[in-house]
Amino acid sequence: MKKLLTTSALVAALGLPQMVAADAHSNLDPNAKSGGNITVTYKDDVATLDPAIGYDWQNWSMIKSLYDGLMDYEPGTTELRPGLAESYDISEDGKVFTFKLREGVKFHNGRVMTADDVKYSLDRVTDPATQSPGAGFFGSIEGYNAVSSGTATGLSGVKVLDEQTVEITLSRPDATFLHVMGLNFASVVAKEAVEAAGADFGKTAMGTGAFKLADWTIGQKLVFEKNQDYWREGLPYLDSVTFEVGQEPIVALLRLQNGEVDVPGDGIPPAKFQEVMGDPEQAARVIEGGQLHTGYITLNVKMAPFDNVDVRKAVNMAINKERITQVINGRAVPATQPLPPSMPGYTEGYEGYSYDPEAAKALLAEAGFPDGFETELFVMNTDPNPRIAQAIQQDLSKIGVKATIQSLAQASVIAAGGEADQAPMIWSGGMAWIADFPDASNFYGPILGCDGAVPGGWNWSWYCNADTDAMAVKADSMTDPAMVDERLKMWSDIYMAVMEDAPWVPVFNEQRYTMRSERMGGDDKLYVDPVSIPVNYDYVYVNDVQ
Amino acid sequence: MVAFIIKRLLQSGLILLGVSFITFALLYLFPADPVRQIAGRSATPETVANIRAQLGLDQPFIVQYARYLGNLVQGDLGRSYLQKTEVSTLIAARLPASLLLMLGAIVCELVLGITMGVVAALRRGTATDNTLMMASFIGVSAPQFVVGLLMLYVFAVQLHWFPIGGYGTFAHMVLPSITLGILGSGWYSRMMRSSMIDVLRQDFIRTARAKGLSRMRVLLRHALPNAVLPIIAMIGIDVGIFMGGIVVVESVFGWPGIGQLAWQAIQRVDIPIIMGVTLVSACAIVIGNLVADIASLFADPRIKVR
Repeated sequence: MKKLLTTSALVAALGLPQMVAADAHSNLDPNAKSGGNITVTYKDDVATLDPAIGYDWQNWSMIKSLYDGLMDYEPGTTELRPGLAESYDISEDGKVFTFKLREGVKFHNGRVMTADDVKYSLDRVTDPATQSPGAGFFGSIEGYNAVSSGTATGLSGVKVLDEQTVEITLSRPDATFLHVMGLNFASVVAKEAVEAAGADFGKTAMGTGAFKLADWTIGQKLVFEKNQDYWREGLPYLDSVTFEVGQEPIVALLRLQNGEVDVPGDGIPPAKFQEVMGDPEQAARVIEGGQLHTGYITLNVKMAPFDNVDVRKAVNMAINKERITQVINGRAVPATQPLPPSMPGYTEGYEGYSYDPEAAKALLAEAGFPDGFETELFVMNTDPNPRIAQAIQQDLSKIGVKATIQSLAQASVIAAGGEADQAPMIWSGGMAWIADFPDASNFYGPILGCDGAVPGGWNWSWYCNADTDAMAVKADSMTDPAMVDERLKMWSDIYMAVMEDAPWVPVFNEQRYTMRSERMGGDDKLYVDPVSIPVNYDYVYVNDVQ
Repeated sequence: MVAFIIKRLLQSGLILLGVSFITFALLYLFPADPVRQIAGRSATPETVANIRAQLGLDQPFIVQYARYLGNLVQGDLGRSYLQKTEVSTLIAARLPASLLLMLGAIVCELVLGITMGVVAALRRGTATDNTLMMASFIGVSAPQFVVGLLMLYVFAVQLHWFPIGGYGTFAHMVLPSITLGILGSGWYSRMMRSSMIDVLRQDFIRTARAKGLSRMRVLLRHALPNAVLPIIAMIGIDVGIFMGGIVVVESVFGWPGIGQLAWQAIQRVDIPIIMGVTLVSACAIVIGNLVADIASLFADPRIKVR
């Protein structure tokens, strides 16, 4: 049954009036042992555990373990599965979703979760007063605009039919809607806890998740304790997880080597990467996985000379992507297109613009710049980004383009990218797009579509193509199961059309490298989970308990 | 004396007002938009405008500053933009750790610096003197990030004498205190050395020796109290230097102080936290200087209150 809910099969499920039931006890590991505590470290403090607010590297998977939403993912994969929804039903036109909730699911305070909580949570996340960075994801729900502009206080499209049933009506067919319901922002929170804590809710937690928040010493550590009443029977395996914050990645690695830390949350520091990989004992505990990430250079199509498509193509051909991946110790694969290889819709066999400085130079001369030109490359000022920028600068100098590097704080680079006439080129490293959910559409709208090409937007190349925008709308309205392949083909076509106009230089897709202590068990893919980044705490276990 | 303290307190208030204005103005002019950090990348322009209005960031600079100041005099530092928690809560949770670390560092730099300085002055021109002064030079120049990691590697990872970072016990405090204190000890040893050499040349030292006091007694009772005076005045200034150093040292040792809080807030343009930490740091520096002045007053009756 659970296999039915793969990403593609799921889209296939859209449009057919049918009930999909799922098994709550899926994915138990026969080798797993129950009990024990693990220690995970992070450099940065945890800003908040409010699922409507949290959007950071470190709190994303924490919130996943404290809260549940209607939809969820198979551990270690990008396959959707029902979460708090036991089953769901989709109307023929793909616009009405009826979710049947699991019975007897309890919040950490013991109260039974009902359909009212689901409605409350969705109303709350879209309420402008909540200031949720994720509110925009719910834009396809009917009544969103009224809530967002302050003329209504609740989403008219979310209706409670009875204690166990929620009906969500969309204003337009949205092939990605179930993914949206799997986002942390769609987590179900307990109203009484939110109201009791007020603005300080983010420093508490009250969900239905596998773990509950037992202790939080601000600036030092958080302790998660096993939820004994968790509705997925047999989970979680661990009794507790301790997160220690404020630890430099290099110190975390030393502590891991000393047996004090189980997972260094920020990964292996670049300076230590060769050393770790050179030691067979340590290298054996390193886990590599792809992630839904693309690092790219934006070429501002509104600023000369990048308003000339030949100049943009020439720059694409001038960049030696192989060498740039070497700058980061080969922890990435060269990219040919905006989508990362593990994303459905990726165009297999497309080679992109191959590295060819001679041809680039010729094309540049043809475009009217035989002697090149001067420009600026904006980059975030933390390692390894300035080094990558230097590699780009050297590549550009070979075709006569003299780029000055502007190495700035992250917020300043983002601000410059959001102005039409500030940044001719930006290297996206440190701010690059990592998919919010595993669907091809997630790499388009805000970063390549016209919607993002506005002051303060994230489309830093200011590329706006009415044709691809129209195709994107059409693709996301394709909820007919017979059109799954057609939809993905259409997304593939969209990205290929984008590559023809070359507003980006796709540079590489970063690989993730995590490390675990010797005593930790569980499938490797749990440690490079594409959704529960960096680790799926609900499913990992330790071997030294009994 | 009381008049002096009151006058200094009033001056301090003006300094803090100036600091708050300059910091606020710099943050206002900084080309990064806090609202976009809050709103995230999927936000519509409407949401962004909405949040901007809720935070009052659509108001002119002077209105924003007046509003901040108004809350400040009532003891309200505001709420963090991203964490939503009260800034005063966040600072209160972290300030004790930073103060403790500073105390450790002051003790460390005084003990190391004064000892090195006195020994160097007594052994002036010898190999001991040269070695100590070379060591102090290295102490002043070495980057704290490197010193910290080196300390961790040698004393915690290799020798297991101390824990690898963290907070809680006296053992946790030793390495970060030394790392933070080494810089100051380098300066102090040099100051102490020259000050000591000066004092040892004075007539009253010769008189003391001439009336038959032991070398040790002359040193401890007559020379040291006079030579140490310029150092006391320096401690106040040190507090300011520590405020810069703790950002690095706290980060290396995982020390949960306000340095880390400030560092993360700056990256995320969380203006209320940046303002709060800056003001608290400015307060610490002002108080440090005030205490140092008062201490010198007591220690040296020759200083006249004007």
